[in-house]
Amino acid sequence: MDTGRPTLSRGRTVATVIVPVAFLALFFAFPLAAILKRGLTSGGGLSLPAGTSQLLWFTTWQAAASTVLTLATGLPLAWTIGRFRFRGRSLARALVLVPFVLPTVVVATAFLALLPDGYDRGIWAILAAHVFFNVAVVTRIVGGAWATIDPHSAEAAAVLGAGPLRRAREVTLPQLAPALSAAAALTFLFCFTSFGVILILGGPGRATVETEIYNQAARLFDLHAAAMLSLLQLGAVAVVLAVTSILEARAGGAGTLAAEDDVLRRPIGWERVAVVAVLGVGALVLVLPLALLIGQARGSWGALFQETPALLVEPWQAAVFSLAFAGVAAAIALTVGGLAAIALARRPPGVIDGLVLLPLGASAVMLGFGFLIAFDQPPIDFRSSWWLVPVAQSLVAAPFVVRIVTPALRSIDPRLREVAATLGASPSRSWREIDVPLVGRAFAVAAGFAFAIALGEFGATVFVARAEQPTLPVAIFRFLGRPGAENQGIAAALAVVLAGLAACAALAAERVADGRGRTL
Amino acid sequence: MGARVVLGGHEALAGVDLDVEQGATIAVLGPSGSGKSTLLRAIAGLQRLDGGSVTLDGRPLAGVPPHRRGIGLMFQDDALFPHRDVAANVVFGLRMNGVARAPATARVSELLALVGLEGREHRSVGSLSGGERKRVALARALAPAPRVLLLDEPLGALDRPLHDRLVTELADLFAEIRQTAVYVTHDVAEAFALGTLVAVMREGKILQVARPERLWASPADAWVARFIGLANVEERGETSFVTRPEAVVLGPAADGDAVVVAAHRDGPVVTLRARYDDGREITSAHAGLAPPAPGTRVAVSVDPDAVVEVPTAID
Repeated sequence: MDTGRPTLSRGRTVATVIVPVAFLALFFAFPLAAILKRGLTSGGGLSLPAGTSQLLWFTTWQAAASTVLTLATGLPLAWTIGRFRFRGRSLARALVLVPFVLPTVVVATAFLALLPDGYDRGIWAILAAHVFFNVAVVTRIVGGAWATIDPHSAEAAAVLGAGPLRRAREVTLPQLAPALSAAAALTFLFCFTSFGVILILGGPGRATVETEIYNQAARLFDLHAAAMLSLLQLGAVAVVLAVTSILEARAGGAGTLAAEDDVLRRPIGWERVAVVAVLGVGALVLVLPLALLIGQARGSWGALFQETPALLVEPWQAAVFSLAFAGVAAAIALTVGGLAAIALARRPPGVIDGLVLLPLGASAVMLGFGFLIAFDQPPIDFRSSWWLVPVAQSLVAAPFVVRIVTPALRSIDPRLREVAATLGASPSRSWREIDVPLVGRAFAVAAGFAFAIALGEFGATVFVARAEQPTLPVAIFRFLGRPGAENQGIAAALAVVLAGLAACAALAAERVADGRGRTL
Repeated sequence: MGARVVLGGHEALAGVDLDVEQGATIAVLGPSGSGKSTLLRAIAGLQRLDGGSVTLDGRPLAGVPPHRRGIGLMFQDDALFPHRDVAANVVFGLRMNGVARAPATARVSELLALVGLEGREHRSVGSLSGGERKRVALARALAPAPRVLLLDEPLGALDRPLHDRLVTELADLFAEIRQTAVYVTHDVAEAFALGTLVAVMREGKILQVARPERLWASPADAWVARFIGLANVEERGETSFVTRPEAVVLGPAADGDAVVVAAHRDGPVVTLRARYDDGREITSAHAGLAPPAPGTRVAVSVDPDAVVEVPTAID
């Protein structure tokens, strides 16, 4: 039954595997190997820097606390979006995504503006920013799963005598559990490797492994310590990733799925009040930090076009560099990720799908640090090769492309290809006529995401961006690091620009997808 | 040199021989898992053969990929291309075969008229009803004038009135265009209505190929008899005796040796089940308006010409 799978000529099949593998080998495995070599050979042996256990403890518990709070915040939204049909539902679904594509630097700057002044804003700022950032993960994954739970199973339980609580516990919750644990694991992963938020909101004594790698490498120039911490981070992330992909594999195969249209219904009685309340609070939480950010930016717009001691260029030019780099990065991510998706879609979902997340989980900071020590001499020298910035960004964005495009390719009914074959379409013709148009929508979504993620990428870019070509997140960080309300104002103004660009990219992609989505 | 296919260690096709005459429709009838869909996939080239061969007009098709076989296929779930409108679905096969635009457009209109969808060229396939989807799938399969059309339970999962109407339409259409076709189904009535010949399949083997009348009159063995609806099968060792229900008459009689235990109407015929005093049961097809009600004591009379002797099982 080989014909049911996407069929390509042998040469193209090889290309779908070789290009992504070669790309990962050169720009992911090689930098990691450089870190490993540095850690093992440059004196000090395998010793971890002092205070590492404290570092690991803080990293872990803040991630756990963030995850619990994110679940608590995201579940009401997931319930609203996963159970009910109401005007503006698809808009609500799209808006929930906005915080997720907002660059961490923007979110951190917004919460800096939101919280009362004072040197130590406390752990709450970090937790709140993490919740804001990751609520989309819980809402989309759990809400999506909720919308496919066949209401007949709860109805059958009701007829058999189960009350509402009993039904929630014995029917709904078990069906939701895989999605819940998958969302929790992913949120934990994102918070565990959080960088921009901690760097900006953390203050002294609140470092995670990720920020400490940056601190050791970029500020203290202790490359050995940075390398050892990177290895620690890699190990910790591998454990989290393994758990994540096991949980996700379980989430994928849960029971029979109902069509969303049969599940959603209009809210009645108290549900109407609850839905309005949840959406209202959600809108407030979404809008408030951004409104404060815009407020703080007021009066600083003119300064974007003046020279400043903080940057080698005028601030507005950072937006131009950002757009250019993100464009190139999105193109690379779509090419590499798209080819990888084609290769992956050939086999059923499994462990390899989880491995694709590795560049993401291996942490952007490590990647940037790896670039720094791997590409420090010709022929590839980060000091003279501008394209290392988009390459680093594309490594962070490509896993998202794979994760969006692969399921779309897998969901194409193999019978469409079989019918096309019996109607005279050769395998490559069938690929062009059937697969390409049908994954177009997923591809558009992936393009928007890749662009938005590349725009906001901070952890890797901060290492490889050259001083005369800063991106927006790097510029924002520079301004935040300088004293004075004027610099804070310029940072806020740049953050508003960055938020606007990222949100536009993601929303545009969602619109394209929605417009073509009905027939799929 | 029957066709063989082994799927996951299980013999899905265990040496199948089937001849399809030009212009005829063969209905392949069997329960699910009997290998009938595998047979179609093998003919279409979507399933590799582990033995035997498929030939078309005397030419062996081994090594010919599906897109060069000139064989049409229609699935139960239609498999319409969701991103193309009605006309673009139907014209697909013509485009693949390099037919120029003008004749292709004319052919599409001709086919849509043939299946009763004239003027619907630019409807999106998502907006079609179940019956319309079937018609589009049929028109699409017929468009490149395939030498053989394969249909894999195309009318499964339809509501009964629509199903019955489409069976009639398909039968008329096949007769009109003299399309060579292989029609796979598990529905006896469908097979009888559409098949010039009916091939009964079980566990990867073809047990019998015969015209519907012949099949009804003389099934190959006890299993075939029961499967096509000949309920009165009495097994006596190696041989079995099959009595056609329409030849069994149940006449109300106070001194009869059986009692009616069930009666249900299915269209023009009422199926009656009577139990003899010794426990045996017999089924009768009654065509009148006043069948004996359950509980009525009846005398059973059987036309001896309607009893056939068949092997209990053939190998």
